[in-house]
Amino acid sequence: MGDWWSPAMMPDPTLDTKELSSISGISMSPSRQNSQHSLHSTMVLPKSTYSVLSAFCTEENISQCVTYINQEVCSLGLSAVSVECKSGSVSAVPVLNLLYEVLQLQRRAQRGLQELETQQIKNCSDLEHLQNNNCRLKDQLEHTRRENSGLHEGERQLQLKIKTLQNCLKSEKEEVQKLQSIISSRATQYNHDLKRKERDFTKLKDRLNQLLMDKRDKKLSIEVSNYVGRSDGKRGLWKTGKMEARHEGEMYKALLTDYEARQRSLMLENSELKKVLQHMKKDMIAILSPKKPCVKAELADDSLEQAGSECEDEAGESSRETLEQSCEQAREQLTNSIRLQWRKLKSHMERLDSQASLVASQEREAEELISRKEQEEELQRMRLELQQCKEFIHMQQQLLQQQISSPCDEETAALLNDCYTLEEKERLKEEWRLFNEQKRNFERERKNFTEAAIRLGHERKVFEEDRAAWLKTQFLNMTPFVDRKRPALSEPHSALSVGTEPEAKLHLTPPLFTKSLSNSVFCTPKAAPVKMPTTADLYRTLNLIPESRGQGKCQSAEMLSRSRLRNSSSDCSVISLVRDENGSV
Amino acid sequence: MNFSEVFKQSNQLCKVSPDGKYLATCVQYRLVVRDIGTLQIVHLYTCLDQVMHMEWSSDSLFILCAMYKRGLVQVWSLEQPDWHCKIDEGSIGLVSSRWSPDGRHILNTTEFNLRITVWSLCTKSVSYIKYPKACQKGMDFTADGRYMALAERRDCKDYISVFVCDDWHLLRHFESETQDLAGLEWSPNGCVLAVWDNCLEYKILLYSLDGRLLSFYSAYEWSLGIKSVAWSPSSQFLAIGSYDEKVRILNHITWKKITEFEHPATITNSKAVVFKEVEKRPVVSEDLSIRQLTVDNALFSTQSKYEITQLPVQVPVVKPDPERANPKIGISAVAFSADNRYLATKNDNMPQSLWVWDMQKFSLLAVLEQTAPVRCFVWDPHLPRLALCTGNTKLYMWSPAGCISVTVPVEGFQVQSLFWHCTGSSLVLLSKDQLCLCYTDAEEQK
Repeated sequence: MGDWWSPAMMPDPTLDTKELSSISGISMSPSRQNSQHSLHSTMVLPKSTYSVLSAFCTEENISQCVTYINQEVCSLGLSAVSVECKSGSVSAVPVLNLLYEVLQLQRRAQRGLQELETQQIKNCSDLEHLQNNNCRLKDQLEHTRRENSGLHEGERQLQLKIKTLQNCLKSEKEEVQKLQSIISSRATQYNHDLKRKERDFTKLKDRLNQLLMDKRDKKLSIEVSNYVGRSDGKRGLWKTGKMEARHEGEMYKALLTDYEARQRSLMLENSELKKVLQHMKKDMIAILSPKKPCVKAELADDSLEQAGSECEDEAGESSRETLEQSCEQAREQLTNSIRLQWRKLKSHMERLDSQASLVASQEREAEELISRKEQEEELQRMRLELQQCKEFIHMQQQLLQQQISSPCDEETAALLNDCYTLEEKERLKEEWRLFNEQKRNFERERKNFTEAAIRLGHERKVFEEDRAAWLKTQFLNMTPFVDRKRPALSEPHSALSVGTEPEAKLHLTPPLFTKSLSNSVFCTPKAAPVKMPTTADLYRTLNLIPESRGQGKCQSAEMLSRSRLRNSSSDCSVISLVRDENGSV
Repeated sequence: MNFSEVFKQSNQLCKVSPDGKYLATCVQYRLVVRDIGTLQIVHLYTCLDQVMHMEWSSDSLFILCAMYKRGLVQVWSLEQPDWHCKIDEGSIGLVSSRWSPDGRHILNTTEFNLRITVWSLCTKSVSYIKYPKACQKGMDFTADGRYMALAERRDCKDYISVFVCDDWHLLRHFESETQDLAGLEWSPNGCVLAVWDNCLEYKILLYSLDGRLLSFYSAYEWSLGIKSVAWSPSSQFLAIGSYDEKVRILNHITWKKITEFEHPATITNSKAVVFKEVEKRPVVSEDLSIRQLTVDNALFSTQSKYEITQLPVQVPVVKPDPERANPKIGISAVAFSADNRYLATKNDNMPQSLWVWDMQKFSLLAVLEQTAPVRCFVWDPHLPRLALCTGNTKLYMWSPAGCISVTVPVEGFQVQSLFWHCTGSSLVLLSKDQLCLCYTDAEEQK
């Protein structure tokens, strides 16, 4: 740094600035960093290090410095803010501006530098990578080259082998050919030799024969003590043309007999086979005939078949006659008919087979379809049910929870309940109203009853009194034993409360049977004939009064509706009953 | 099962007369004729030399004894013991001699198959048939004895001549389409002649009596061919055994193959029964006494019995030597039972096994696995039963009911060969130099 700064500290600042700039320009690239460092350092450096000696600008050389700076700035290409020095004092604004610009420039330069550096690093790494890659590829190339050469070598060897083998083959072939030719030549030679030798042999034989004959071999003889008769007892015959003819005839006779025997056996066999054939044919006809109508009805191509069957029938009739004749026509007919029938049978069988397979497949398909459909339906249904059940369960759970939680705040529960079953509630209300009405009716009735009873009691009393009076008069009039009957009469009198009961029963039962609203509940009055049922009891037994509201709450919607339905129906009946009663009363 | 006493024989020369009354045996140069019932000697003839071949005439009146070394044939009469006949073939030599079916002619084949000399006992006349072919079976008579087929070789070609045996008239003479004819055989009804090529080519030709080619059959090429041929007694089937270890059955109408029977080394056919002969050597007890040795002579002979073995069964196979001619492989023997129902076969590379096939179901019926190679097997002339021997002291029999093994109660009698009496009532067993009769249905007779 000192070196750089030293020229600036030259005693003569009027030195060729150009040179200086050029120097600076030259030394810019290497010194740039240094300057940067210096800049940083100067910024960081404490002021104490700042020495007057090393200062660039002093009081004396301000103008020079300014001009130098200007020059420098101009050379940097900045707006040559000519820092005018006005009488020794430097205005701060342009300097600061300049400084700022310089700073900007410097920062930009620094950024560029950084970028360049990173670029450099990146490039370096890229280079390295590429180098590595290159190395690898080189290795690979080498390897493949080596492999290639190996393969080439192998190929060459194989080709060599092929060549040698081909040569071998060729030589072998040649040898084979040679051997074959040798064999054939030998064979011909041997054959030739054989023939020659055989000829020689025959010649020799002839010669020997001749010699023997010529020599009149003394030894060749037969000594027979006396002649023997022929085995067949006949005498020998002269060889004549007649004899020859006879021999021929005999030979042909023998042959003929043999052929006849053979023909007979063949005929027998044939007839047997024919019988079998006939039998088969019959069976075939028997098998096929019942099927014909349906087959005909079924099939469109029955024209051919009809013809065939006609043919068959004809043939069947005719063949029976012609079976014995073995003329060709008959045979042809027979075979034709059999063939036809056989074809028919075959086609029938095939048809049956195909039908069976078709039916089977259809059945299978249908089964599959049905089952699938059913399954799907079932599944759907089950799913629905499941859904419903889930809903129910959910609802029940909710209700249960509500039930559990209701004690703490009954109102909200009630509200909820109301929310849930507003309609229900309305209906219940209506029912309640009805009940109340009925209750009132019953009350009134009861009142009537009691009043009537009281009235009756009064009347009875009066009647009793009348009767007593009448009896008294009678007794007094007729017998002294009138008093004895009194206890017997007192019995119905005492059973006054019982007496009302059949009345009620009478009122209750008829609607029960006439209307088929068979509710077992209605039968209960029978079981309680001992005492007069109170209206409350009656209501209770008729399930008109809900025993507890809580129970109803926890029931599911359906259950509720069901019970409601039942209740309503019973209500109806009860209402009608009551009305009847009212009407009757 | 009873056994007769043992008689001597030589060269396995022992024949029962066609009428079944006499048994002729040759012992060196003597010919002994016995009554089959009593086994008493009826006649005794003395020949000029050791007999090499002996044969009954078809009417059981004459016996032919051939002495090939001397080129001589002697004929003896049963009715007139002092009657005699001697045929000398002279210097040309003799290799084979046989009766003609009428029993009045003798056919002698000279050495080198130079000619066949036909000697008549009635007229003392002699006639020659030239160029007979030297082959496996070059001559065959029809069952009724009326015709004779003879293979001939002329100008390096095969010819077949059909003669009328009555007067040796040449009925037909035709060229056969064979490379090298190996054999010919008449069908039992005498109307079809089967002719087969030698083993180098699988070819069988079927000719009618009048020389027409009815059909020919070839199963394969470029391999060893036919080894054995047999007609069924009904002439319905023709069984052909070949070197490929198969038997092919041809039918008599189309002459096409009906079926073929393979002889696999492993039997897996569940319907077949495998009878395995199991030998049991008697345990020599410690207290071996002289008495035991003398009385119980079965001590030294091994007992054997058949056991039904569970399938699958591995049949012992002998690998043939490919370097030698006539390799021991293929079906060398085929025989139909008298009722045409069964077929017995023997495969040469399975020498210890005998195969029995059902000809109604065309399937394998039974396999007899012997401990030794099968030497000889013969069907009963009337019943469906099969007798076989393996060169040991036992006689084996198979019938649809099962298998039995019988030890011949003669010490050291090793059955080399056997044949049935024409009624099927007895079997003649031949050892190397002995013979013995075995009565198979002695109980019935009693």
